[in-house]
Amino acid sequence: MTGNMFIDYSLLILFLPVAAFTIQIFIGKRLPRQGDWVSIGAVIITLVLAIAMFASMLLGNDPNFSQEASFTWLDMGVFKIELGFLVDNITIVMLLVVALISTMTHIFSVKYMEGDIRYSRYFAYLGLFTFSMNGIVLANNLISMYMFWELVGVSSYLLIGHWFEKDSASDAAKKAFLTNRVGDIGFFIGIMLIFSSLGTFVFSEIFDGIAAGKLGGTVLTFAGVGLFLGAMAKSSQFPLHIWLPDAMEGPTPVSALMHAATMVAAGVYLVVRLFPLFTPDALLVMAYVGGFTALFAATIAITQNDIKKVLAYSTVSQLGYMILSVGTGAYIAGFFHLVTHAMFKACLFYGSGSVIHSMHHALHKKHDTETDPQDMRNMGGFKNKMPITYWAMLICTLAISGVPLFSGFLSKDAILAGTLSFASHNPGHFLLPVFGFGAAAITAFYMFRLMIMTFHGKPKMPEIYDDIHESPKEMTFPLVLLSTLSVFIFYTLPYFNPFSDHGWFKELVVAKDSVVPGSETAHYIAEGIHHAHYPAMALSLIVASVGIFLSWTMYFKKKISADDWAEKLKPMYNLSFNKYFFDENYNKYLYQPLLKLSSLVAYIDWDLYDKYVINGFGRVTKLLSFFTGRMDYEGLDQTIIDGIGRTTRRAGGVLKYLQTGRLQSYLLFALLGIILLVLVQSF
Amino acid sequence: MEINILSWIIWIPLLGMAAIAFVPRGKTQLIKIITAVATGVQFLATLGLWSQFDLSNGGFQFMERATWIPSFNITYILGVDGLSLPMVVLTGLLFFLSTFVSWNINRAVKGYFSLFLLLNIGIMGVFLSLDFFLFYVFWEVMLLPMFFLIGMWGGPQREYAAIKFFLYTLVGSVLMLIAILGLYFTCGRTFDMLVLMEVAPTALNGVMWWGIDAIKVIWVLLFIGFAIKVPVFPFHTWLPLVHVEAPTAISVILAGILLKLGVYGMLRINYSMLPGAVWWFAGALAVLGLINVIWGAMCALAQKDLKKMVAYSSVNHMGYLLIGMSAVIAAGAANGNNVLAAQAGLGGAVFLMFNHGTISAMLFILVGVIYERAHHRNIDGFGGIAAQMPIYSGIMALAFFAGLGLPGFSGFISEAMCFIGAFPVFKAIVIASTLGILLNAAYFLRAYQRIFMGSLNEKYKDLPEINRMELFTVIPLAVITLFLGIYPKPFLDLISSTMNVIIDKVANIGSIAGVF
Repeated sequence: MTGNMFIDYSLLILFLPVAAFTIQIFIGKRLPRQGDWVSIGAVIITLVLAIAMFASMLLGNDPNFSQEASFTWLDMGVFKIELGFLVDNITIVMLLVVALISTMTHIFSVKYMEGDIRYSRYFAYLGLFTFSMNGIVLANNLISMYMFWELVGVSSYLLIGHWFEKDSASDAAKKAFLTNRVGDIGFFIGIMLIFSSLGTFVFSEIFDGIAAGKLGGTVLTFAGVGLFLGAMAKSSQFPLHIWLPDAMEGPTPVSALMHAATMVAAGVYLVVRLFPLFTPDALLVMAYVGGFTALFAATIAITQNDIKKVLAYSTVSQLGYMILSVGTGAYIAGFFHLVTHAMFKACLFYGSGSVIHSMHHALHKKHDTETDPQDMRNMGGFKNKMPITYWAMLICTLAISGVPLFSGFLSKDAILAGTLSFASHNPGHFLLPVFGFGAAAITAFYMFRLMIMTFHGKPKMPEIYDDIHESPKEMTFPLVLLSTLSVFIFYTLPYFNPFSDHGWFKELVVAKDSVVPGSETAHYIAEGIHHAHYPAMALSLIVASVGIFLSWTMYFKKKISADDWAEKLKPMYNLSFNKYFFDENYNKYLYQPLLKLSSLVAYIDWDLYDKYVINGFGRVTKLLSFFTGRMDYEGLDQTIIDGIGRTTRRAGGVLKYLQTGRLQSYLLFALLGIILLVLVQSF
Repeated sequence: MEINILSWIIWIPLLGMAAIAFVPRGKTQLIKIITAVATGVQFLATLGLWSQFDLSNGGFQFMERATWIPSFNITYILGVDGLSLPMVVLTGLLFFLSTFVSWNINRAVKGYFSLFLLLNIGIMGVFLSLDFFLFYVFWEVMLLPMFFLIGMWGGPQREYAAIKFFLYTLVGSVLMLIAILGLYFTCGRTFDMLVLMEVAPTALNGVMWWGIDAIKVIWVLLFIGFAIKVPVFPFHTWLPLVHVEAPTAISVILAGILLKLGVYGMLRINYSMLPGAVWWFAGALAVLGLINVIWGAMCALAQKDLKKMVAYSSVNHMGYLLIGMSAVIAAGAANGNNVLAAQAGLGGAVFLMFNHGTISAMLFILVGVIYERAHHRNIDGFGGIAAQMPIYSGIMALAFFAGLGLPGFSGFISEAMCFIGAFPVFKAIVIASTLGILLNAAYFLRAYQRIFMGSLNEKYKDLPEINRMELFTVIPLAVITLFLGIYPKPFLDLISSTMNVIIDKVANIGSIAGVF
């Protein structure tokens, strides 16, 4: 213990979950209730500690609060790596988010995963994930960031593949890990570019080095884009978004924790943390990737029928928002959205989990294993059966759609104001706000589509409708809590204005200036956002209303037939429905050629090179020895030696024994040869 | 130096061999126990050596010197430094564990364990001898038991594999012998490696053989000799064959230690005696490293035999190591005296020597476990084993993740250090080889999915779980890999003084000669 409360608490927050993981792996199965209480206890303590830190932050009321602690991890003299923690207000808020969602997921899982064959394993992996995620949050340097980054990837692999008996689950797990590794390559190259210029991995020293002009220009842009590539993979940005929808193969609480609220937000967290080092060019790349992803993923979510897939593409789209906002310089708005999104999106996933759980049990009762419990076309009218789930999900839907009084309105509005301001300063980039507002309209549309298809209208499968029931309180509790936290007031206290994000968050989590020479200052960016605030709000209200209205008329009132429109826009509908054929094309143009190439390489290596070239040497030697053998026997022995006579032939007979075929004697001869050589040379 | 600990470490197995000679053929259990005791005592001795080792001293310690063949200046010199000590400890550990891996050998037990101990003598001797002649003798001593262990206790193609291994390495030995004699006659007719390290860097300046700098000729001869052992592309094709045919314990020794002898030789001889030529060859080394990384990974990705896949993964990993080794020239004046990069690269390479030793040993033991049960190693021939053998699958997952360079395992740090070190000097090569990060994961995860995931193959629903003896052989390796992955400092403290000696050597000669 270091004596510093923030660092001590951070240490505990980091290591408690990994302790739970260790216990679960080794003895979890033998503990009562398969040890779920060990894991839950550990995360609840981390939650309490995180709340304590959060309270101290509020009381301290210092926007520039920052604490660091580190230790020498390895030291070779000049080459040295120090690992450590950085605890500032961003860290504290993020720790609270992770601890909260992780705790909720643990609690939710008790019922959701009840009776699972690998129940204790499941909780073990949740602990491993919480540990790795907190590691990312606490890192003060690129190396530990990268290490926990990969560990998060592994926990994701293990949890997506929890039901590994299903091929789709094991495929999805592998895909998630490998796609993330593509990003990791970029991340690592970025680290090397920075380290080779500045000789440090520590964030603050990197910023100082860049401010002092030791690294800049194109190299820094490439380094930034490299790091961003890591963020792209983790935060599922186009064109590396392909893994996240498949990751829904994992248990739903896992989707809520990792693939909605925290793990996928790690990419955003990375670029938020490192914002000061990105050059304007690198930021522009981010803005376009994020903006495009926001719109692109939203257009896929529209046509999906699997309730989790809709939410998955929605997550991709919302992450795009956050990245877009970092790209436009309004990175605190991006972080704000990360926090609000974590609450309402986790809640939406729990809600979908609650629905799926109920569907699953109802279908099970009817011995129906054919029907997909996640397909919204089999649902409808659940509102009366599952009121808590319904209301919680409705609040979160309002939040994600950007309706006033809810948290999402504030954070989304801040992002959109940022894009608007950016475009007004740089009119060439008018597309960025178009991406943003376009995605906002579509988001409102597909979220209400989801709600209406699931909860309203007539039951699509009346035969199971009677068996649909509300989930137990272990599952509804997280729903209620997180939907409550999606109300604006939790982010604006001590103020009560639902139309302004003014509050503790804005006061305590403040933007830093970029250290790249020639960049706009945080103040300048904040000014721009402030001016764009009202136009952005008006526009976002309009687009959200349009989206909600269209959805309502199409799916609730059924005044417009969705099927007719799908038919009319067949080519577009097909593209969206098939996710723009990304998986198919990657498979056809990347995976298959790679596998073919590797087979070819292996063939060249083993069947050509080794067989003909290497063994060719052997064959040539054999041929040569055949001729020398013939010369030896027919030429020398038969003709000359025989001619000399019996005595010499006896000598030849003795010589023959040299070729004993025993390796020992050959070695002996080799040794004698050396000695002979040495002797000859020394005279 | 009354106890002569290094001699003890080398010759303890000889006592074991002598004891085995007196045991009747039928008492197989006793033979195994004797071997376990001999290797166990030896391992403890290596640990004792480590505990007495002075970390701040980069030179040789525990030196022993005795006259042997004075007329040719051949002396019995032993010594240990930060480069050889980790390998000595690793050798001690792996031989001890391999004894238990060999526990189910039941054909010609006496012969097997005698040769096993002889192999141990040879390897320890190579790491500890500081006289070139002695070094060469041990080098050749190693070859013989290896030949018979593969040729007699191996798989169906064992004889072909044994011959191939023998001929391949013999070619290397011959080239090495020529180089040794070359050094002998140009550096004042001595085999004393300490003297050669002093004299050779400058003695060869200006010496031309057939119009080529002698230093380059000797370097290349030695390099090829060692490259065959590493193995460096294109001298690698013996490895997959031999691994597939060799019995499990021998694969463990082969991958864990024998491959490292090549790297050890390069660092001990090429780098320490001919540092000038390092400048000339570093670029080629990095390129060969890149080829090893990509070629090895591609071949691994295409394999159907699990053991062959693991064998190619060695080719792949040795590529990272070569890249790390090439970084040493960063410390020269021509590269802005970037000692930081040189330390990272060389330190990473030597750390990887050790880590690959533990990780690949673990992988081969685990492959042996499933082969023992299913009698095949066909990646596509399993499926869903994780449901049947959860403990085994868990440990295999751990070994695979360690193999694919996951942070938290020692392999990651060493590979990252290799990259970070070489990056300032060979940017394009390092960037290209980071593709290995992806391919590495691809072949391991592909194999894991096919063997362990999916629905359980009905044929294997009665497969017994990994047993205690097998667990005993893997767990120490897993613990070391994890420990050094979390806290690498003890290891790097062990090697860094010696690394700095090598780096200085290369850096200084670079700033003097700088012509290569």
